[in-house]
Order: sequence, then structure tokens, then C-alpha cells
Amino acid sequence: MAFARRSFKPISTTTSFFRRRLLTTTTDDITVETSVPFTGHNCEPPSRSVSTNPKELLSFFTDMALMRRMEIAADSLYKSKLIRGFCHLYDGQEAVCVGMEAAITKKDCIITAYRDHCIFLGRGGTLLESFAELMGRQAGCSKGKGGSMHFYKKDACFFGGHGIVGAQVPLGCGLAFAQKFRKEDHVTFAMYGDGAANQGQLFEALNMAALWDLPAILVCENNHYGMGTAEWRAAKSPAYYKRGDYVPGLKVDGMDAFAVKQACKFAKEHALKNGPIILEMDTYRYHGHSMSDPGSTYRTRDEISGVRQERDPIERIRKLILAHDLATEKELKDIEKQARKEVDEAIAQAKESPMPEESELFTNVYRKGLGVESFGTDRKELRATLP
Amino acid sequence: MASSIIQRIGAATSFDTNNNYFHRRSFSGRQSSFVVVRSDGANITTRLKPNGGRTHHLVTNAVATKPHTSAASKPGHEILLFDALREGLEEEMDRDPRVCIMGEDVGHYGGSYKVTKGLAPKYGDLRVLDTPIAENAFTGMGIGAAMTGLRPIIEGMNMGFLLLAFNQISNNCGMLHYTSGGQFKIPVVIRGPGGVGRQLGAEHSQRLESYFQSIPGIQMVACSTPYNAKGLMKAAIRSDNPVILFEHVLLYNLKETIPDEEYVLNLEEAEMVRPGQHVTILTYSRMRYHVMQAAKTLVNKGYDPEVIDIRSLKPFDLHTIGNSVKKTHRVLIVEECMRTGGIGASLTAAINENFHDYLDAPIVCLSSQDVPTPYAGTLEEWTVVQPPQIVAAVEQLCQ
Repeated sequence: MAFARRSFKPISTTTSFFRRRLLTTTTDDITVETSVPFTGHNCEPPSRSVSTNPKELLSFFTDMALMRRMEIAADSLYKSKLIRGFCHLYDGQEAVCVGMEAAITKKDCIITAYRDHCIFLGRGGTLLESFAELMGRQAGCSKGKGGSMHFYKKDACFFGGHGIVGAQVPLGCGLAFAQKFRKEDHVTFAMYGDGAANQGQLFEALNMAALWDLPAILVCENNHYGMGTAEWRAAKSPAYYKRGDYVPGLKVDGMDAFAVKQACKFAKEHALKNGPIILEMDTYRYHGHSMSDPGSTYRTRDEISGVRQERDPIERIRKLILAHDLATEKELKDIEKQARKEVDEAIAQAKESPMPEESELFTNVYRKGLGVESFGTDRKELRATLP
Repeated sequence: MASSIIQRIGAATSFDTNNNYFHRRSFSGRQSSFVVVRSDGANITTRLKPNGGRTHHLVTNAVATKPHTSAASKPGHEILLFDALREGLEEEMDRDPRVCIMGEDVGHYGGSYKVTKGLAPKYGDLRVLDTPIAENAFTGMGIGAAMTGLRPIIEGMNMGFLLLAFNQISNNCGMLHYTSGGQFKIPVVIRGPGGVGRQLGAEHSQRLESYFQSIPGIQMVACSTPYNAKGLMKAAIRSDNPVILFEHVLLYNLKETIPDEEYVLNLEEAEMVRPGQHVTILTYSRMRYHVMQAAKTLVNKGYDPEVIDIRSLKPFDLHTIGNSVKKTHRVLIVEECMRTGGIGASLTAAINENFHDYLDAPIVCLSSQDVPTPYAGTLEEWTVVQPPQIVAAVEQLCQ
């Protein structure tokens, strides 16, 4: 795998005036170049120059540092058996969700599979809700009944959080269908991995989305391994962005938050006008597939550390910030320390949250409708209602 | 007896030993105009009087309707079953702009059984959506749309095709309300014709109620007459839960007079087809007609069967069924499902658990044979339960 060389020459800057300004909140433009140009399939790729500003740069850094810290903390919580079952960590891929959030609004829908902790955070979820849900406590976003693979946030249009990969793509097309039905000006990002890219229902859904011009954007987070199977062993054509055939596609460096931002902006405009588009995010996960996978039996440690050295998304932003003199090393370290502190506090708070009540076993199985609630085949509560 | 049953039901929720938590949960913050009935089938009115004089008695139809007897004030209109379904669909689509239909050939073609005929020209292509042949994906699409608040009705051209969408129905449709901690509701209706038809072959004669019955979070109903088809369709659309509505290929041309005014039936309620004294016959969908045919023979032979169309396959209406068992003490289940793991098997277990003391004889369950449905007409006849077998079973049961 050729690792993209990073290049972040600041093309033009108007921020020399803000030298050594701490945590500047100006919105003066900086233009950044993406690491590699985009590759398009059936479409004209957008330009490599992305406009941003110091505030955004610092927010990227802060957000990604928080996400990274959260995932690492989840790792140690899992090893101390506070998190059980399956835990799929997102560290290494933070740029995808942070870049995406920068390009869209909270009314655009996102749906993904089980590697959803950071996306939940990006959508506005709190650390407490995340950790509590991971530990199965009441304060969790799904009241402790969903677990790692079922994070949802309805008010921020985050639709999860699904255990069976591939199934979320038709759901995502359904979200896009509803947006078109209601004539909304919003889009849906249906995310999946390189492993799920081989699911048939994906192509079924893509066909329908293209047929009806649904505002669906299919985002393939290609971290090159479907659990233990490398992409070249699972897919005859690992060019996932080309797999849509008549549907245009774009290949993006997923470790570069600005490339992701630019691509998502481009995709949103495209989807609102012309229907579905596929984005392939070339990204990498440092952890194994899940906590039960060491992650080193199917790839070398050199590869992992190589990516971490050359393409780490947080390091890239750090270098950009330092190059533009928006903050000092120490300030950035302070931000990371602050992230660590927030995570530790959230964990402590989550640990105090109680386990769900036993009665919660039976709630939310059905939704009350027509005035009757029922539990299984032989228990019934009947409610006589309105004439 | 009754108390032990209450204990058992209480035991199922024994975590809260102080109160039956059903009561506590249901009474909190509600109006006084409702009743809690436990499935020990005790007589409602006598139970209620000790409760501080609450005199509400249970109206078993959730929405008050005029009884469909000849004492109707308005004449009603004669209609075929598929048309009744269509009427229900149309009324609900008029009433709520979020209701939409998706399925194969539901739009321009009008539906393979004409259930959606005329709806696409009226409501447009987006509301009556012709999908490609991709059950897994369009069922998923319907569920995704439902997560945002639309109310899709997903049609499987034949119920058997929905096996391709099993993952979506089981994991996403049934479980999302739970795994999201109540954030999302999935008000879909999944409907389609199933059952053994006229020599349609093995793969087009499937009865999926047995496969779906374990999925937590869904409701299942089976319609059998134009009256209940329309009422159940409307109830299913209005329900916030995912409902699977089982229609039968051979029942679409049944004719009946149904009321002109609007009515909605209760999804969880069984229908008393013929009250009787000697034996309770529980059935649903097409077997109802075989049972009624057998009932004619039985009446001539001097028996008085009570026939109940259970309609609600998940959850069972153990209130009606229990009352009947307490009266007749003998149960015969006649179903079109396979014997193994079918609806009858679950119903047998449920009745045995709850009403064991009221039974004078073991429950007899007549189901289809555990074979793929053959094409040859005579063989196909033998796979499903026929009226003479029902008569013989009742005679044996009532010895």
C-alpha cells in the first residue's frame, strides 16, 4: 500500500498577524492543500485546496484528540472487564468523522455500522453517554440496552450503530428516501467498511438510490482489512469508489481531515442535485478489528507504526497548527491533557451510573400504540380506549 | 388455581416483588379510563368491583364500532377482500400524508393481487413506490424511512420472498426500538399474501408466521374476512409498532358486506366466530373456513363447537382464548402452519402453561404436514388440514 506523502504547504495565509495568538477564534481564511489529489470516477473531482480558518483547525485538533483519548480509554476499560462483548475502536480513523462533520449540518443524517463511538461523539453525543453505554449503565445513550454497537442520537440525526454490516446501507437509503419524500434539503451519509462493501444489499440499495435520485452518499471507510481479511483477498476490485459503475465515485485520503471535508462538501452538493455518489475514504485503524483481535496476525507491526508515523490524522493537524503559528507545542499538549482529564471524569461519572432496573428488560420492546402493551405470547395488558 | 396463575405471571416479573409492576407502570399518570387485565382470563367485572368501585368494563374492541350484525343502521357495502384492503390503505393514506407503500409492482401494475390498484395514479410515484426486485434492500429502506417518521407499508409480493429480508425484519425492524433505548420507533407494516394456494409450488406456498414469531418487537396479525382485513390494515398502519399482516392467496376474492363508516379493529384481539359449549376450536386465516365447514357437519352430528379466529398471532389474545377454555375445557387448534415450531405449537404451550387446570383433555393441534408443498393437486390437498380431519378430531376430543 503506497502511503500518501503528506504535503501541507500553506499556500496563502493572512494569519501572520496572529503569530503566537493563543487559541485564536478568528475566522480568517487559511488555505490548505490536501495530501493527495482526489481521484474521481464518472465525475470531476474537487480541487485540492481547502479553505479553513484557525478556529476550525484547532477544533479539529481538539475533537480528534478527544476521540483518540476516548478510544484508548475504552481499550483499557475493556481490558479491565468493565466493557464486555464486542468493542470496535475507531482510533486512526478520526479524520473521517471530524472532516465529515465540518462539511454538513446536524440535519443531515449519518448511519454507520458498529465502529460508531467517535461518530456519535462527532454528532454531539457526550462522553458520559458513550462510556455509560459501553459499560451498560442507565446513563448510556441507549439506556445501557444497546451496547457498543448500538449508539444512536435521534435529535442529531445519527441513526446508529448496527451490528450486521451491510444492513445499514439500505436503511441509509431509506433515510435518504424520507428526505426526498419530505423534500428536505439534506443528505444522508451511509457509512460502511471495505468488508461490507461486498454485501449484495449495498448494490440493491445503490440501484434504487440511483433510480430515484435519492440524496444518499455512500461512504466506504476503507481501512484495508475486513476483520482479518485484507481487501485484496476479499474483493476482486478493491477500487470501491468505482464499484458504483454508473454512480460517480471519489477516492479520498481518509487520514486527511481537510480532504474528507472537501469531499463531503462536494458530495453533498452532488447528491442534492444528481443523486447518489460513493466516497471511498482511504483510512487505517490502529487497533485490531475489535478488542478480541490483536490486529497483528494479518498485518505487521511495522505497517501499523509506519502509518502512525507518516499519516496520523492528529499529527497532521498538529503540524499544520504549528506551521501556521496558531498555538505552541505546549498549548497543544495542554489540549491533549484536557482531553484526558475530560475522559477520566466521564469514566468516573459513568462508573457511578447504576445498571438498568430489571423492569427495563421489558420496556421499549413495543411502543405503546392503540392503547395496548404486550409482553410475549402469554402476558397481556389490555387497555380499553377511546371510542 | 387462579392465584397460582397470577403467581406465575407475577413470577415472570418477580423482580419487583412488592407490586405487580404491570399495574404500577400502567397506572402511573394515566386517566382512570382503563383497565388492566391479566391473562388468567378472570371475569373482568368481578375483578374490578373490589378496586374502589371502578365500574369500567372492558370493551373488547379497542375502538368502539357498531357491531357488524344486521342491526346496523346504515346498509354498508359489499366488497371483496382485496378491495377492502385497498379501502383501508386509501383511507389511511388520505388521513396521514406520511403513509407510503413500497413493493414490487404495487404502483403502475396495481399490485399483483390488485390490493394497491389505482393508488399510484392518485398519490404519485413516490408514495406508491415500484421497487426493483430487491427485498432485502427495500425492506431496509422502508425501515430506514420509518426511523425518520414516515409510515411505510412494505409489500412482499408473496410472503415467501420476505425470507430474503429476514435480517432486516428481525434485527432492524424488531430490535431498533429496544437497542436505541426507545429513541426510534419503526411504524412499518409488512404485508403480503402467503399460505398454500392452488398448486403454486413449494416456494410460493410458504407460511412465514412460524419463522417470524420469535422476533421480539414485532406484532403479527392474520386477516381472514373483508371486515377484519380492512380493520386490521388500518390498525396496523396506525400502530407505532412494526406489524406483519398476513394475508392469504386464496382469500382475496371473498365477498362480504362491511360498514360504510370508518372502523379500526384491535390488533391484539381474537374474533369469536361461533360461540359454543363443547369444544374450543382456535384457528386463523384460511383454516377458519375449513373449520366453519367442519362446524356445519359437527352441528348436524350434535356437537356445539366454539370457533375463535385468533387473528393476533403475536401476541396471542389469551383473554378471549382463556375464557373459552374455561367454558368448554377442550381445545382443538387448526392451523395452516407446519407442525414443527408453528403457531399452533406456541399456542399449545401458552394454553398449557396458563390454563392447564381447566383442560379436560390434551390439546389437539392439527397443522400442515412438515413437507414442502407439492405441486400435484391431490398431494397438496393432503398437506393442509381438511374439514373431515377436523370433524374426526372433534369427535375424538369430545369422547
